[in-house]
Amino acid sequence: MFRIAKKEVLNPSVTRMSIEAPLVARKVQPGQFIILRVEEDGERIPLTVAGYDREAGTVDIIFQIVGATTEKLNHKQQGDSLPDFVGPLGKPTETEGLRRVAVIGGGVGCAIAFPVAKKLFEQGCEVDAVAGFRTKDLVILENEFRANSTRFLPVSDDGSWGRKGLVTDALQQLIDSGRAYDEVIAIGPLIMMKFVCRLTKAYGIRTVVSMNPIMIDGTGMCGCCRVSVGGKMKFACVDGPDFDGHEVDFDEAMARCAAYKPFEAKAREAACNLFSMEVK
Amino acid sequence: MANMKKEKNPMPSQEPQTRAHNFDEVALGYTEELALDEAQRCLNCRNFPCVQGCPVNIRIPQFIARIREGDFEGAYQVIAADSALPAVCGRVCPQESQCEKYCVRGIKGEPVGIGRLERFVADYHNAHAAGAAAAPQQNGHKVAVVGSGPAGLTCAGDLARKGYDVTVYEALHVAGGVLSYGIPEFRLPKAIVQREIEGLQQMGVKVLTNMVIGRVLSVRELMEQEGFEAVFVGSGAGLPKFMNIPGENLKGVYSANEFLTRVNLMKAYEPNANTPIQHARHVTVVGGGNVAMDAARCALRLGAETVTIVYRRSLEELPARKEEVEHAMEEGIIFKLLNNPVELIGDSNRNVVIMRCIRMELGEPDASGRRRPVEIPDSEFELETDCVIMALGTSPNPLIKSTTEGLATERWGGIITDEDGLTSCEGVYAGGDAVTGAATVILAMGAGKKAAAAMDRYIQSRHPAD
Repeated sequence: MFRIAKKEVLNPSVTRMSIEAPLVARKVQPGQFIILRVEEDGERIPLTVAGYDREAGTVDIIFQIVGATTEKLNHKQQGDSLPDFVGPLGKPTETEGLRRVAVIGGGVGCAIAFPVAKKLFEQGCEVDAVAGFRTKDLVILENEFRANSTRFLPVSDDGSWGRKGLVTDALQQLIDSGRAYDEVIAIGPLIMMKFVCRLTKAYGIRTVVSMNPIMIDGTGMCGCCRVSVGGKMKFACVDGPDFDGHEVDFDEAMARCAAYKPFEAKAREAACNLFSMEVK
Repeated sequence: MANMKKEKNPMPSQEPQTRAHNFDEVALGYTEELALDEAQRCLNCRNFPCVQGCPVNIRIPQFIARIREGDFEGAYQVIAADSALPAVCGRVCPQESQCEKYCVRGIKGEPVGIGRLERFVADYHNAHAAGAAAAPQQNGHKVAVVGSGPAGLTCAGDLARKGYDVTVYEALHVAGGVLSYGIPEFRLPKAIVQREIEGLQQMGVKVLTNMVIGRVLSVRELMEQEGFEAVFVGSGAGLPKFMNIPGENLKGVYSANEFLTRVNLMKAYEPNANTPIQHARHVTVVGGGNVAMDAARCALRLGAETVTIVYRRSLEELPARKEEVEHAMEEGIIFKLLNNPVELIGDSNRNVVIMRCIRMELGEPDASGRRRPVEIPDSEFELETDCVIMALGTSPNPLIKSTTEGLATERWGGIITDEDGLTSCEGVYAGGDAVTGAATVILAMGAGKKAAAAMDRYIQSRHPAD
């Protein structure tokens, strides 16, 4: 069993947990993911790690409540345990040799972008961090990003936090102001990553994206997480989750992500009903 | 006097119309009367040809003789001396191409139902065995087994019986490997698999789930940090193959591994399952092996109106176990043989709706000795389908190879070993599908057994004073 050492509500739909998993914490790197189950007979869900403490033996996850399993996970409290927590899975984000990087995070994707930005910043890289949220109430990790970046550009869709606009507007502005990058790392909704890639392709800036497709085992066995990269079939769990964004077929990835939407909505409703009954 | 009936006693089974709608076991097993009667068919040949057909050389005439005497537990002990998983093998071994193939009774009629008798004996033991076997005396040496499928479990069992301190590492949250995630409940009930694993645990074998070797610990770390003197790699062939035809990434297209994992491991067929599965109307399964039969029959049980198997060769070349093909046909699975998909076509939402196929004919024999299927020009046609399952085989997972320095592998990914299962790394042994590519449960068990003996010799040779 894997104990929840700490739970913290970051905003109404996003929670951070530190999980006691010393073997995972010993080796995990930014960009890698874990798979967990919340209960016996529960589904396996992948979450890219948001941080780790090798000494304390804990791994941080930050998750948005989107389906039944994340709903149930959010009902777990500090001191509770998870039956399964396996990792580190996937390949770490490559940071070696990078000197000037723009790290773009969108929404809860910022949770995954942050440890990458931090690692780059700690190894002496110039990091321009762009974080985008729909509105101020949804903002997470602002102070963390500020403390681990050369420049920090906050943007929001409605202008309630930072500048009004999209992350691509902020990136365009950075490029226009003469900033040059070895690489752009974009992590967020598929549609955001698609448009970041479209922009950087025009400027010929290498861009890495972190894919988060539907997965079951996470070890290369089921092939559910396949992504078309440069016309070739890749498995996000073992070949990724990071890929060259200019080669990824985002439209296909978006369709595949929606494969179980009706089931997920129904399952979440069922989970919510269950919890509201408990409250009554 | 031997029972000279030409046919073996049929296996009592659920009726096809009933079983096509449930996940309960199809074959119900021999009764004592049927087993006693079938055992009389064995001629107890002096040169026991059947044994040469068994990859683990079970002493078949001896166990059948015990059945004839009514000593079912004694019969079990004969099998258990050579096989770690009798209840499993009695159900999933392709007996027609192994032991029963060499049975003298098969020359004029049907061979003795060796597999059915094995199953009967194992089930009898499981229902009547008194308590757990005692844990053997420990010899103080630690060995690790990577993967808890048939190869790993057999290797672990043999080493534990010799007194080794055995730890089995499993990547998933449930042990059993393909026995748990791959073979469906209606062919191999999961309670039987769990029972076999509990048996090992009672002998002192530690089974650690959620441990992806290669990521959480490398093979080298197992030996250098965790103190294991030898490691057996039985990581299987988990990597699914696709056809590389257009449309394979459409929604509704699954690898058989994904489909079966959702159904078997994640219990997606249960009404309140947390893991979703598509309940399709017209399912098409590509391939002709046991995995294709399993996927097709699962899809039928999930409520599909039609389930069609598309296979590029003819009925004769179907690699699946004969009984599975017969069961599938009885249940109403449609077989479109000598056909091969060339393209999958989707609707505007990227859901698969059509499979374009081409007709095939058999040409000259290929390297496998089977006649090579050749496309018939201009014979393309369309099949309506809302779910396609690719059951084209699997290759070894590259994770162990890519994280174990100096481990020699074939170009297609199989780990290279000598006859005893020794790899190019000292103290590291391998067997099962990780070495051979996708094969059978019993071959994997045979490899696990051989490697266990070699690991024992290796460790004892390093500690001559013990």
